[in-house]
Amino acid sequence: MKKGYLGVDVGSISTKGVIIDSDNNIIAEDYLWTEGNPVVAVKQLLKNLLVKTRNKDLLVVAVGTTGSARKLVGTILNAQVIKNEITAQAIGTLELYPEVRTIFEIGGQDSKIILIENGIIVDYAMNTLCAAGTGSFLSSQAKRLGMHPEDFGKWAIRSKKPTKIAARCTVFAESDLVHKAQIGHKKEDIIAGLCRSVVLNFLNNVGKGKNIKPPIVFQGGVSKNIGVVKAFADITGEEIKVHKYGHLTGAFGVALLAKRANDEHCFDFNFVNMHFETKGIECMKCPNNCEIICVYKNNKIIDSWGNRCDNGAVLKQ
Amino acid sequence: MALKGAVLSFPHLGDYHVPIAYFAKRLLNMKVIKPLPITKKTLEIGAKYSPDSVCVPFKYNLGNFIESLDQGASVLIQAGGGCRFGYYAEVQEQILRDLGYKFTFIRIVSNDKLTVTNIYRQLKQINPRLNFFLFIYYFYFIIRMSKSLENIQQYVNKNSGFEVEKGSFGLLYNKFLGEIELVNNIGELNRLFLRYQRAFNKLPINKPVDCLKVGIVGEVYVAIEPFSNCYVESQMAKKGVEVTRLVTATRILLRRPKDHRDLLVKAHPYLKYAIGADGTDSVAKTKVFAEEGYDGVIHIKPFACIPELNAMPMLQKISHDYNMPILYLSFDAQTSEAGVLTRLEAFYDMLLMKRGH
Repeated sequence: MKKGYLGVDVGSISTKGVIIDSDNNIIAEDYLWTEGNPVVAVKQLLKNLLVKTRNKDLLVVAVGTTGSARKLVGTILNAQVIKNEITAQAIGTLELYPEVRTIFEIGGQDSKIILIENGIIVDYAMNTLCAAGTGSFLSSQAKRLGMHPEDFGKWAIRSKKPTKIAARCTVFAESDLVHKAQIGHKKEDIIAGLCRSVVLNFLNNVGKGKNIKPPIVFQGGVSKNIGVVKAFADITGEEIKVHKYGHLTGAFGVALLAKRANDEHCFDFNFVNMHFETKGIECMKCPNNCEIICVYKNNKIIDSWGNRCDNGAVLKQ
Repeated sequence: MALKGAVLSFPHLGDYHVPIAYFAKRLLNMKVIKPLPITKKTLEIGAKYSPDSVCVPFKYNLGNFIESLDQGASVLIQAGGGCRFGYYAEVQEQILRDLGYKFTFIRIVSNDKLTVTNIYRQLKQINPRLNFFLFIYYFYFIIRMSKSLENIQQYVNKNSGFEVEKGSFGLLYNKFLGEIELVNNIGELNRLFLRYQRAFNKLPINKPVDCLKVGIVGEVYVAIEPFSNCYVESQMAKKGVEVTRLVTATRILLRRPKDHRDLLVKAHPYLKYAIGADGTDSVAKTKVFAEEGYDGVIHIKPFACIPELNAMPMLQKISHDYNMPILYLSFDAQTSEAGVLTRLEAFYDMLLMKRGH
């Protein structure tokens, strides 16, 4: 029986999972929409992974979680490693491209740049108060233009003269886009312009002041959009590498971390049949009203968090 | 100004409510109530009645004022400074009057200089019988008190991450905060400080010599008030990091013209002239941290704080020249704590990885 290591990355828009073997090869992967319900998404993800590994004689011995729902999912999966997505993605990418110097990452609602020297992270930045130019913006604009987000890239690379679209802010970009469409710009030019504006926005905000050096790897859901990849290459003047698992690097990285944690116990796929429930309660013991999240497994509380002080500690039964 | 039966209140800033209340109680001949501890409700109320785009300390201050007025305060004190802070008093007074509150509003900084004589003049208006020598004595007293607080805070920041018994630092600090309010004279204050200094030194810690060191710079309010920065200091310390924050209230209060020049010397060659409010200070301190070999710096500002935005290009340059990462955090009323924690965690991982090679 082979040992496997599971990495789960639950983001705002999509949920990703991979299982790697002891040689760091990805033996199973899956990608689906979170749709606002991380617990259900993870259950579905594990069902799919189970189907994909059925005949492979595999025993999952370590679990790592990352992404914005890492704590919740990590608790219910009883994960060995719960890691932020920045570290996880850097670790994952370094395994795929050991010589990488710069990582661009654009996900559903976040974007980040990670700088690497000699295989270690030396600097990073993440979008702050604004999610302009991320995947969810692109997909909403795709809907506005009446197409699937997947087709966006194909349209974009057809364009010879990308339309200039205001890059600063999603709201302005959107009104500019409508304006450009109404005065008669071609659809492919507008789409290419939109891809350019995403890139400019990224480089001006997240990448501002950062020393961008090749080799550059671009990943995250948006890296599947060839229009944005082309725009990155045009604007930076460098080759942009996109891996076929570019959308899975977070999950891959955290699987690697789980493997390195050296704390192995058999993971029970029976998890998919268990009943998990989360309840949010307000503490009400002071005006801060901390929102405390309690996680129940088969109606038994397993963990809680969110309280600022001990007054709000929920008793574990 | 006849203020019989008046009740005074003031906005929060970290734990400085202790010396401020102490000072006001002894000099102003009126009842003093501390604002309620800052909670989400404070920020909600403050944000509700503030202009949306104003920097976040305004919203906290206004929330404190409203909560104090509802508790029965009738005299409010506000300071000012060399940025938007200079307009806080006027705008907040107008907002509170429009809401229908009756109160006396005192600006201890009428022009943009926060000096000792200015403060005396303003306080004299509230309490005409205020004696200058007594004022100087208590002023000195609360500076000593604030410095004691700051010294202890600094020790806590530097060492609490390595405590052997979980929570021991927090517990002792709270005890200290409770007792410092009760001292009667400078001798008692000094003895109390020494006693607690010894007690803190005795708390067992398990601190490696080459632990990770992180400096905190940035805008004064958000850097000092832990609620407003999602407890950056303690969150970072908890991971086993020595945290140093040089931004303190006494440094700002006691800054002389010469110190401003010194800051520019320290910030050389990154700055040739002052860039407003605490921006110069942030650049100078970041450079000091870099020279002292800190592993990283966290730069904290309210969203859209102009002086700190001015400082950022220089910080980026320092970060590049000294190969020291800087994490930039902006805070406003909408800041999600989860986002801040994710960034801190990644920052810590990065520093650790960087150190490991």
